[in-house]
Order: sequence, then structure tokens, then C-alpha cells
Amino acid sequence: MHNPQLNKDGELTHLLSIEGLPQRILTQILDTAASFMEVSARDVKKVPLLRGKSVFNLFFENSTRTRTTFEIAAKRLSADVINLDINKSSTAKGETLLDTIDNLVAMHANLFVVRHASSGAPYLIAEHLQRIGRDDVHVVNAGDGRHAHPTQGLLDMYTIRHYKKDFSQLRVAIVGDILHSRVARSDIHALTTLGVPEVRAIGPETLLPKHLDKLGVHVFHDMNEGLKDVDVVIMLRLQNERMTGALLPSAGEYFRHYGLTPQKLALAKPDAIVMHPGPMNRGVEIHSAVADGPQAVILPQVTFGIAVRMAVMSIVAGN
Amino acid sequence: MSPLSDPSSRSLPDAEAQCRQLADLIRPQLANKPALVGIYSGGAWIAERLRELLDLPEEIGLIDVSFYRDDFAEKGLHPQCKPTVIPFDVEGRHLILVDDVLYTGRTTRAAINELFDYGRPASIALAVLADRGGRELPVAATYGVWDVQLGEGQNLVLGKQDNGQLAWRLEHA
Repeated sequence: MHNPQLNKDGELTHLLSIEGLPQRILTQILDTAASFMEVSARDVKKVPLLRGKSVFNLFFENSTRTRTTFEIAAKRLSADVINLDINKSSTAKGETLLDTIDNLVAMHANLFVVRHASSGAPYLIAEHLQRIGRDDVHVVNAGDGRHAHPTQGLLDMYTIRHYKKDFSQLRVAIVGDILHSRVARSDIHALTTLGVPEVRAIGPETLLPKHLDKLGVHVFHDMNEGLKDVDVVIMLRLQNERMTGALLPSAGEYFRHYGLTPQKLALAKPDAIVMHPGPMNRGVEIHSAVADGPQAVILPQVTFGIAVRMAVMSIVAGN
Repeated sequence: MSPLSDPSSRSLPDAEAQCRQLADLIRPQLANKPALVGIYSGGAWIAERLRELLDLPEEIGLIDVSFYRDDFAEKGLHPQCKPTVIPFDVEGRHLILVDDVLYTGRTTRAAINELFDYGRPASIALAVLADRGGRELPVAATYGVWDVQLGEGQNLVLGKQDNGQLAWRLEHA
């Protein structure tokens, strides 16, 4: 099957989804990110790789952390960064997505960082760029609908590799609203591709997709069973808007069953790490004693995220 | 320096012996306490050798110039880049940049630019085992032991053998 993320030499030219990427590309991104970690530790946190290039942040959906970390990453690569305020832009006046892209390409954009509420929007842009013969313009998906959030998946893998060194012996649990989570989907594909032997999904039946076992994921509805002897716990944010629907009884009820407390975490391995993509709802999916505890690596995830985004942007821009 | 030699007509010189010669050239300059910075991968091995031979107490620096190369637009990012590690304060230090082969001078240029992002060194010298000519930038080695002329399509590569010894090999494009 044609993979629009890879060029004719099999190199990464857009990052749209982790699904379909070979292990060697994921490993290349993680290795390159390790080199960028060193850059971020210097006094001069900048390298000249993308000097003279223009990176456009196109966030059709709100995000502060992801947009900011992409902006920092692009600036550390010496790119010029343009943040488009979509709500006030031409889209609000009725311009189509692809017309917006054509106009930005005419302004000599080199790389688009795209977040969109519709699954597949970054694909649409990448295919459009190919159609108009602009293989020198690249797309990085910063989250599309329920589909994928590949840079979050990659920074999660970087975090796991940093603390656990090796993927081949791990038991990883993803907890919460997997049904609506593009982070979970990207994590599952990345963990599987990198050779993690046991991936678990823990959540209420209403928040787990039906086909999880086809991805090789073990499904648990009881957190006490699911957390037993895991090396890594990835907590997902419970979107407050789901609480009002029929999917969940109440935040308190959810916390009682699926909130990560010190007691529940004690069932995991003693050196298990706790991750969260942020923003956290304390007292809903995670207890403050865990979020601020010694096993939490939630803030290092943010730091690693900058290096991973630097790696992704510099790799795609060079191919 | 030894006279120009044509490696295709005779066997390649002993890289370990060349490291000892390079150390002898650097030894008179130890009074200003230079720090060594090896360029991956060959230069890093040589710098480690020099550190042993000169009995230097300090960790060496390691530099990967992938983020500073001038051919990013044509070639993209090198698929296997390693982290640059500079374990000392560059500000005000005398640095000796170590590489295996000096050729166009572009790698040296990139390495100097990268070092300046760590601070302003007092000086940077360049130590190489082999100088194969072909410069495209005004760069010269401060310390060098072997001037070598290569034929069309030939490439001189420093390798580390299973026993840990450094050795030259000739590759043909």
C-alpha cells in the first residue's frame, strides 16, 4: 500500500501517523532526539539546521502545550515560526483548508504543523502538496480528531526508553478513555512496532474501542488486575465533556474505579513509571500524591517532547 | 610531516604508530592545559588515544557535526547522529579539535561553529592523522602526521578492529 509519509527512497517526508512506519524510522527519530536533548542543555539552545525555513503552526483546534513545544522546537532549529490564529483567519471567512494551504505555500512555507478536529486533515494536506508537485513542503500531524497524535506517541516512547532502556521485556498499561484518545492509538502502534511484548488497555467498557484485541492489546476493566506487575502506566486525560453524556456516571465514580491512587500504583512493579500526556485532571484520573510522586515522569515528558519534535521536523525537512 | 605518499602502491601506515607521533607533536603544548575534542567517529577514537598517551586527567569532548553541516539542503539529516558531549567549560579554554582525515575542511568549519555555541575558547588547534588535500575552505591542520594523495574515487577510512586497535582501510566509491 502507498504510504504518503515516505518518499520514493523510503525516508520520512511527512509525519502523519505512527501506524505504518517501520521500526527503523521510529528508532531513527528517538536516536536523533537524544542528540537534540544535548542541544537543549546548552547556554545557546540553537542549531542552524532549519535557518531560513518557515514553519507554520496551523492549529484548527485549541492547544497550548503542543503548539508551544512545536514553536520552541522550531525556534531551536533556527526556523522562522508563524502561528496562525485560525479563528480570526480566512477559514472563519469561509476559505477551504486547501485554499489556505495554497496561499501559505505561495508565502514560501516549508513545513506545516497541523492540528485539526477532523481525522485525516493532515493526510488531505500532504496528498494535496504531492498533487501540486510540492514535495519540498512537509506536514507534521500535531493531532487529528480521534485518529493520531504521532509526536506525543514518539515522546512517550522516548520517555519509556529513557527510563527502561529496552522495549523487549516491558509490560505497559494505558488507562482511561481509549475510545476518544488519539494519544492512546499512537502509543499502541508505537509500542507494538518497537517490540513491547505486552500492551494492556484498562478502562470501562464504554470508553474502550471494540477492536483492541486485533491490535494485540490485552483488555482489562478492573484496574487492580490490569496494573499488576506493569513497568509503565500511561494515564489518559478524561475529557470533562464526556462526563455529561451517557458514557460515565460521574467524576467521583470514575476516580473510584480508574483514578490512579498510590494504593493502586503499588500493584505495579516497584520501579514502574507513571506518564500522562497532560493536561491532568487531578482527582479525576490521577491522585495528586501520584502526580507529584517519585514515580511520575510527567514533566520530563514535556522536556523530551521538545527534543522529539526537533528530531521530527529536522528529519522530514531534510527528506 | 612525512613526504607525500601514494597508498595504492604500498601498504597503509600503522594508525596506532601515527597516534603516538601525533601525541609527540602535541606534548610540547601541554603547558596551557588544552582540552581534547574528537569528531565522531574516527576523531573520537584518536582523541581517546591521545588522552591516554599524553596522560591527561580530563574527559575528552565528543562532537557530532550533523546539526551544523552545510549540505543539509542536499542530503538531509544524517540517519545516525550521536549526541555532542562537551564535559568541560569551553569559555577561555585552549581546545584541540581531533579528526582522522582532513579533506575539504567543511567538517572542521562545522565543528568550530558548534564549539562556539558552547562558549568562546581561548584558541582552537586542529590535530589530524591524515591530510589528503582537496581543501574547499581556508583550513589547515596545526598538527598532522601523514600527507596522502588519493586516486579518483578513493576514500581513506579509519576503523576500529575487534582487538580495539585503530587501522586504516581504503574504500573505493
